[in-house]
Parts: sequence; structure tokens; C-alpha cells
Amino acid sequence: MQSDEPSRRGADPWLGHYAERAAGMVASEVRALFAVASRPEIVSLAGGMPNVSALPMDAVAGLMADLVTERGPVALQYGSAQGDPSLRETICTVMAEEGIDAHPDDVVVTVGSQQALDLVARVFLDPGDTVVTEGPTYVTALGTFAAYQARAVHVDMDERGVLPEALAETFARLERAGRPAKLFYTVPTFQNPAGVTLAAERRLRVLEVCRRAKVLVLEDNPYGLLHLEGEPMRALRADAPADVVYLGSFSKTLAPGLRVGWALAPSAVRDKLVLAAESAMLSHSAFAQLAVDRYLRTQPWQEQLKAFREMYRERRDAMLDSLEQHMPAGVSWTRPGGGFFVWVTLPEGLDSKAMLPRAVQSRVAYVPGTGFYADGAGRRAMRLSYCYPPPERIRDGVRTLADVIGTELELWETFGATAHPHSGGPQTPGPDHS
Amino acid sequence: MSDLNVTVIAGGLSPEREVSLRSGSRVADALRRAGVEVELRDVGKDLLPALAQDSPGVVFPVLHGIAGEDGTIKEVLELAGVPYVGARPHACRTAFDKTTAKAILDQSGLKTPESVTLPKQAFHDLGAAALTARVVERLGAELFVKPRACGSAFGVSRVESAGDLPQALMACFAYHDEALIERRVTGTEIAVGVADLGDGPRALPVVEIDAGTGLYDYTARYTPGAVEFHCPARLPAEVAKEAARVAVAAHQALGLLDLSRTDAIVTEAGEVFVLETNVAPGMTETSTYPMALEEAGLDFGVFCRDLAALAAHRHGLSV
Ligand SMILES: Cc1ncc(COP(=O)(O)O)c(C=O)c1O
Repeated sequence: MQSDEPSRRGADPWLGHYAERAAGMVASEVRALFAVASRPEIVSLAGGMPNVSALPMDAVAGLMADLVTERGPVALQYGSAQGDPSLRETICTVMAEEGIDAHPDDVVVTVGSQQALDLVARVFLDPGDTVVTEGPTYVTALGTFAAYQARAVHVDMDERGVLPEALAETFARLERAGRPAKLFYTVPTFQNPAGVTLAAERRLRVLEVCRRAKVLVLEDNPYGLLHLEGEPMRALRADAPADVVYLGSFSKTLAPGLRVGWALAPSAVRDKLVLAAESAMLSHSAFAQLAVDRYLRTQPWQEQLKAFREMYRERRDAMLDSLEQHMPAGVSWTRPGGGFFVWVTLPEGLDSKAMLPRAVQSRVAYVPGTGFYADGAGRRAMRLSYCYPPPERIRDGVRTLADVIGTELELWETFGATAHPHSGGPQTPGPDHS
Repeated sequence: MSDLNVTVIAGGLSPEREVSLRSGSRVADALRRAGVEVELRDVGKDLLPALAQDSPGVVFPVLHGIAGEDGTIKEVLELAGVPYVGARPHACRTAFDKTTAKAILDQSGLKTPESVTLPKQAFHDLGAAALTARVVERLGAELFVKPRACGSAFGVSRVESAGDLPQALMACFAYHDEALIERRVTGTEIAVGVADLGDGPRALPVVEIDAGTGLYDYTARYTPGAVEFHCPARLPAEVAKEAARVAVAAHQALGLLDLSRTDAIVTEAGEVFVLETNVAPGMTETSTYPMALEEAGLDFGVFCRDLAALAAHRHGLSV
């Protein structure tokens, strides 16, 4: 693409140098609309930001100050690539809440669980490899798989999570096509974006299907302890230590700004992840790790989690109530038992991405469904999150959104008979909306 | 010049917020390098109090889209009684409304693609099938559908056949209640900046936009390298001259001040069809206006500073 024409301007002189994997990294209208959605005038039901202002800031400030005073030379020094040993112990006690019996040696601390995802992709995926995921799935996981030039294939879910039979069929189909799946990436509990949880009675069956097909399970579980009813779900990893790489995170249970997540992996896999972590970041922030460890060892974190759950329960209820109250006929949605998200499906003919400008102009934002699929599906769907705005704002936002959908339905009535769906690949929203 | 201070306003709540923020920080940066003290501000509840208090100097609005280019911000600045760069409210309103602007350009003897403007309601009341059929009968099926007032190609669709039209209209109506449906004119896409540093509006070198087979849409506009720009445009000298004349004529016909950018298509026969004239041209890394300034040998920062000084002068301030 380099040219010697003297008149050529403004082009990126390195255009010919980019790797193929950078091909999808382009500006998008959806990202532009999200730039507006971050303004306080807009009720954003788009972002997945936890409400960190509910944390005991004084206590956090105090423990951070103590950390620097008491352990400054360690907190400000390089650490090991695998992560702080004391924190890894603490992480094991957190995972025990979900029935996981783990050894600290098998934990790798990462920069958010996002980096753990990246490291797993790095050590397992070659260009052209296949990853099977739920449909829809976590948008940034799709970005990671795309960055390693792997293909994502979706398996349908119902209100009780992925269908084991559909999963088995997908594996078999891929095997026959000569593209066997390497990984099954799943967010089994309070899924982002669908708000769906894999039912207890399906879990062993899913593990069995994966074991038979020799597919490694990648269990991404940042929301497990944000159950809004009953007890925490038992993690997949609890019942299949050899077949599951488990990803955990303090982003939703403590604070995403600290960027502390982890991977728990069978020991051979763990060795590779540690080496990959070393080349990716040398070592994680010792300060952030020690701060998290200190928080968990000195603060009543279980009580804090309970407070978070109460707050999110109130918000979820506000969202579900107002959806019930305002949405026009033909709109349906999931009823999450935890986490942050509700998945809304619009009536036939509507396109949530095409509708987004109208919504933003009406001062409410959501994430269009197509971003959560690798194959352009999800046109009629959208993700709403209830984690960040307070209940009153959620109610306002849902009411506005219902009006926007009503207007769009009228448009569809006008044009529906003559319109045919336009094509166009999925556009992924920015990381601040993951 | 050192006692000139400028408040750059960027952001706002239009879909072009991100573009505006990028343009704004680039203008602010260039002004600083030209020795001007700059404050960068968003549109929000704190704006008016700030303009009332801090002796804001000259305001340089770099807001795109609704409320930025439709005259609202200028009206507000008039109310605040502060000097500002760019056209007066009424002229902004006229230029931003593509349908009205086309009529004015038409009266001035400038060519714009043949078009119709129809509100959403008309399709509802008269039946979409019947009305779109009439549109295709009149204009053909190779069309552009655009929101009557919106920028950065938001809500714009290229229509290849009659079957695409309903979907294109739906996409457009998500941004605005009225659609401008234009006959597609094929040719070379150009952008012509106009600058008036107090000695009358003059055209900057013509920028040619080569989007290949693609559309010069939002992604193409703001992904570096997605389209090729040529400045000066690869046009015969007399055609480039005509394009320059058209851009200046459009700037004058619409009653604009200081700066504008006219987007146009040059046909094979060398005819120039105006698509629209922008009162707040984009100033990002991939925008055409700064490219044209560079080709003209003008320093971006000095240019912005001179415009600000001019605005101060218009307001009766001496700097
Ligand atoms: C399913 C899922 N995985 C991973 C992450 C990333 O979390 P972290 O902040 O730990 O990188 C998120 C965050 O939204 C998520 O929803």
C-alpha cells in the first residue's frame, strides 16, 4: 500500500506493516455512541462497571497506607511471574466458597481475568483453531480469540444454560469437518451477557461431553459470588480438576481498578501459563496483589460481599419490575439469579444496533446483541446491565427504552413488509462496556 | 498575541462526541504551541457559569452534529456575550439543515444532487411501499439516504437497489425524523476547505478522498489508512479551480464566517455537485481540513490563533 505519489496524505504510513490479526481493529459507530453514553446525562444500561463507591473507602485507604509503611520495599519491587504466594493462598480460600479444592501452587495471578484469558489463548490457540462458546458470549473473549486468529463457534443456550446435547453435536460436527474444537469457553454462572446460569443438573453432563470430545474447559467465573439468591453455585472446576482451567477475578467482588484476577490450572498447563505470563508482563503489580491480599485478610470481605449482593439485588429487581411494567408486547428477557446482566430479545424485525442512535438521543444506552456473537447473530437482542445506575435511574432508563422500542415498532410497521434485513458484521463495543 | 486566551469547547452529547473530543484536543494543542493560553471544556451544566466567570477570552467551538453545528451553541455564546470563532447561529442552522442548504445553494446557481426530503410520518400515512416506489421512479434506485441534519456520515446508507431503500430509511430515522434521499452522483469525492483570515474567503487546496470500492462511512473516516487522501486532488487544474470556486460560493451563499468545509463530488465531465457544507469541520488526525492547511503551507496552530484573534476583533476586543 506504500505509494510514492506526492499528493498522498494522512494515510497511516505503517499500513502495510500490520499483522493480519489487526484487520478488525477499526473505528466503529457503536463505539462512538458509547462515548456519549458515558456522559452523566445518559442513563447507561450499557456498561458493566461494578459500583465500587459502595466500598469502605476509608478502610481501603488505611490498609494501602499501612502496606506502603510496613512493606514498601516489597510492594514497590518486582515480584514473581506466578504472583504473590500469600495472595495465592487467599485466592484458594475464596474459591473454596464455590466448592473448589485447590493448591496455591496451581494459581497464576494475572492482570484481571482478562489477562488469564489472553494467556490461555496464547498457549493453546494457533491461527485457524476452533473455540466453542456459548451464544451469546462475553464480547472481550471474542476479541481475544480473534486476536489469536482462532474461530469462535457458538452453541445455543436456553434459560438453564448451554444445552449439553447441542454441545456434543457441535463437537462432533467440528470433528467431522476436520476442525476439532480445542477449548470450550464458558461463563457458566450469571453469564455475561445473557444473565443465564448453567443449571446444576446439566453441569456434570457438560463436563462429560467435553471430556469425551477431549476439549479443554475454560471456565470464566467473575460473577460466581454475586448470587442474589440462595447459595453460590458449585464451580465446574470443583468436579473436574484435570479438565478445567478456571478463571477468577476480584474485579466484581472488590474493585476492577486493582486489576487482580487469576487462573487455576492443572499443573502442566500452569507451567506454561507462568512462562507466558513472564513474557507478557514480567510480573504483576506487587502493590496491587499485596493490597488485595491485605484487604481479604484484614477486612470483613464476606460481609462486604453481602452488602454488594443486597445492592445488586435491589437494582436487578428494579430492572425486572420496570421491564415487566413498561415493555411492549413481544419483548422478552432473562431473569438472572446473580451477576450484572439481563438479555432482552426484541420482536421480529427490530434491529438493536440500528435502534441505538435513537436510544442515545433519548438518553438511554444499551449494548446491541451482535457484539456478543462472532457470526453476526444477535440482531434482535441487547444486553442491559443493572450494576451501575441506582434503582431510580434504572427505572427511568427502562421506561425510556420501552418508548424507544415502541417508536421502532411503529417504524417497522411502516416499513416491515418491504424491508429485508441488511447485512454487516458485528461491531464490538469498547472495553469499558465489557 | 500572548494576551489572547481561548476556550475550546468540544464533546457534547451528539453521536459525534468522540470525533469532537479528538478535534478539540488537537485544536487546543495546536493553539498552545502557537503560544495561546487554552482552556478545553465540555458541554455541560458547568459551561455557562465558567463562561460567565473565568473571562473565557475567545471561544473556539469544535462541536460536531446536533447542538454543535445546528446553531445552538452559537446562540448560547451570543447569550453569554462572548466572542467566538465561526458562523453566526442563523447561518449554522441553515447550513446544518441539508434540505434548506440545498435550496439556498440551488438559488446561487450551485449544483447539488437531485433529491427529495420526506418525514417518517409520510411513509406511515401514505404507505411505505407506494411512497418509496414513487421515489425510485423519480430518482432511480442508486441513491444515498441521509438524515436531514446529522454529521460524520451517521445514519447514511448507500442504496443499490429499490429493495435496500426501506432498511436505509429505517437506519436514517434512528438519527432524525426526516430523510434526505439523493440521487447518487458518481465521480471523485472531494473536500474543499474555506478559510477567511479577514481578507475574504479563500479555498484551501482540494482534498480527494479515495475510499476505494467502499463507502466513506464512519469507520472509513476515523480509521487511519482506511481511505486514501490526495492533496492536492488529482484533478485537472481547471476542475480544481472550479471546485474551489464552488466551495467559496457555498460559504458565501450560506453566510458563513471564518472557516467551512464543502464536501462535493466531481463528475467525469468535471461538474461539481455539492453534498454539504460544514460549519465546524473535523480537525482529527484523519480529517481533511488540517491536511489542506498543511498543503497550503499554513501552520495549524497559527491559523487557529489568527481565527481567534479575528473573532476577538469582531467583538471589539483588542488583542
Ligand atoms: C465474563 C467475563 N470475563 C472476564 C471479565 C474481565 O474481568 P477482569 O476485570 O478480571 O479482567 C469480565 C468483565 O466484565 C467478564 O464479564
